[in-house]
Amino acid sequence: MNFTRRDALILGAGAATVALLPVQAFASPVDDAIAAFTGGAATTEGGIELTAPEIAENGNTVPVSVSAPGAVSIILISTGNPVPDVCTFNFGALSGSQFGSTRIRLAGTQDVIAVAKMADGSFVQTSSVVKVTIGGCGG
Amino acid sequence: MISRRDFLQASVAASAIVGASGVGNWSKLAAQQTLTQDQLLDFDTVGNVTLIHITDIHAQLKPVYFREPEINLGMGAVDGLPPHVTGKDFLNLFNLEAGTREAYALTYDDFTSLAKGYGKMGGLDRVATVINSIRAARPDALLLDGGDTWQGSYTAQMTKGQDMVNVMNALKPDAMTSHWEFTLGIDRVTEIVDNDLDFPFLGANIFDTEWDERAYEPYKMFERGGVKIAVIGQAFPYMPIANPGWMFPGLSFGIREENMAELVTEVRGLGAELVVLLSHNGFDVDRKLAGRVDGIDVILTGHTHDALPEPVLVNKTMLIASGSNGKFVTRLDLDVRDGQIKGFNHKLIPIFSDVIQADPMVAQLIDAQRAPFEDQLTEVIGKTDSLLYRRGNFNGTWDDLICNALIEEREADIAISPGFRWGPSLLPGGDITREDIFNCTGMSYPAAYRTEMTGERIQIIMEDVADNLFNPDPYYQQGGDMVRMGGMGYSIDVTKKQGDRITDMTMLKTGEKIEPSKTYVVAGWASVNEGTEGPAIWDVVESYIKRKGTVTVDPNQSVKVTGA
Repeated sequence: MNFTRRDALILGAGAATVALLPVQAFASPVDDAIAAFTGGAATTEGGIELTAPEIAENGNTVPVSVSAPGAVSIILISTGNPVPDVCTFNFGALSGSQFGSTRIRLAGTQDVIAVAKMADGSFVQTSSVVKVTIGGCGG
Repeated sequence: MISRRDFLQASVAASAIVGASGVGNWSKLAAQQTLTQDQLLDFDTVGNVTLIHITDIHAQLKPVYFREPEINLGMGAVDGLPPHVTGKDFLNLFNLEAGTREAYALTYDDFTSLAKGYGKMGGLDRVATVINSIRAARPDALLLDGGDTWQGSYTAQMTKGQDMVNVMNALKPDAMTSHWEFTLGIDRVTEIVDNDLDFPFLGANIFDTEWDERAYEPYKMFERGGVKIAVIGQAFPYMPIANPGWMFPGLSFGIREENMAELVTEVRGLGAELVVLLSHNGFDVDRKLAGRVDGIDVILTGHTHDALPEPVLVNKTMLIASGSNGKFVTRLDLDVRDGQIKGFNHKLIPIFSDVIQADPMVAQLIDAQRAPFEDQLTEVIGKTDSLLYRRGNFNGTWDDLICNALIEEREADIAISPGFRWGPSLLPGGDITREDIFNCTGMSYPAAYRTEMTGERIQIIMEDVADNLFNPDPYYQQGGDMVRMGGMGYSIDVTKKQGDRITDMTMLKTGEKIEPSKTYVVAGWASVNEGTEGPAIWDVVESYIKRKGTVTVDPNQSVKVTGA
């Protein structure tokens, strides 16, 4: 558990943001970000793998990697950050593999979404919940 | 509650593997009035491989009383499945009789009177006798320690785990994994691993944060009875979250399911005919892992302190649960042929300290660890009128005592005590020694802080901890019990989502609702924050008990649980 005033303020504010904004309010910028990438095309599941910790050890730097064999482009989206776009990986025709890895900051517990554009122009999507917790009571 | 029939269909007994588990023997023994060491150790040696598993000793060198939980809820798909079965349901499931030694060892009912009759359990000198007996039958048996070994007592606190290292070395384990070990600080862990251990300190899921490279050996290959065996070690996944990450900066943990799958493939490629996971994941995490990662033959589970008299089978993986605090040792004999388990014999051996003789060499070694501290250990601080126990999902009497001490000694409205699962029990009418206090408080971040929090903040903390325990996805569970609240009552619906579980937060002394915007004085201990200030919790508890002389702690009625 965190008990400093500073952490209390940070976590309090983070939790308040999540609590006060209904899911619908998030849906729009996230949907917009996905639509901007897909051009409104439908996405399917499978063919894309997102690896992220179940619970972040440090919400300020969460290691995330994504792999989608045959992709030309992969976008990472955070559903709970002020700005959903995290990054886009682009792969040229000579890329040996279609894999990207980075560290992202997460404002609180949220879904991280990955969408890949495949060579044939189709889109695949997956997501993973990353918890950002106060911690301190295990064991 | 599942029926015995359902359990057997999900257990090894119904699989293609021919084998037996210790419960049959236990029932037979239950019918007898007396029990001998030979009966406890009686075992038909089977096959070509023997695994000996002990875990979560929490530095208990000497025999202890340890009351198993009354409430141990399973969420979602594992609701009512072992180990989430307690009391009479547990007895029914495993064909055990109330009032017997087995009931005493494995359940909570009538604990005080059974404890008086059947005595303390554990003691590493008794464990040594059991290990020696198994090695006499199978000299190349593998002894595997699941971790949480170096923390949890006065002597472990004072020697930074050296007492446990010395005694465990005498038992000659073949490998161990870890959790609380890292709360000694990374420098101390490195010192012990580099200088003191003659066996590998396995941690397949421990990586350095900078380069994401392995920080410890992930597995060790053995050849025993002509069988190539891979033992993969998995440390507690939520180490830097549940415990102070600043004590071992630069290390990252996590479940890392893909990493585990890759390692299983790797060791199979190296010729492993038997893959054993020595795990500190916690039972439900291991159960999920077993269902998603193929090729693990046996998971020796740990962390959640469950003791099961029969293995649980998931996706051809045998899950073994060997309890905590030195109360049990599991012996698992396997017949491994053509890369498959063809048969087994399993026994959860209860370490009844008055039935199993102490090994003289190890007894002497334990005494030597304790000798420099004997006066401190044995000093009587007070007495208890009540059974003091910790284990259970919600407030136990030991933590209620700690919370009462925090409220009075630190002049607080509300006390917060972590939901640790370690800490033995004390019987009513007995003395409380300094050793007893350290058994429930001894650790490396003991500062008893005093601070102000709003009602909203208190609720956020409670919701956060509740979700670490009651999240229906085991991969999001950290394996502790619910945070203990002193001075306040609350209701909890465990089936709700984070943010909606906790209601009716009430100040016990006034009966008033806890207001989200109002500020309360809160005292607690075991903050994971660096620089937390306050006296050590053991001093707070000692001063409270001294002042009271005799403590009385009534069973907690202020937590209302629904949805279970």
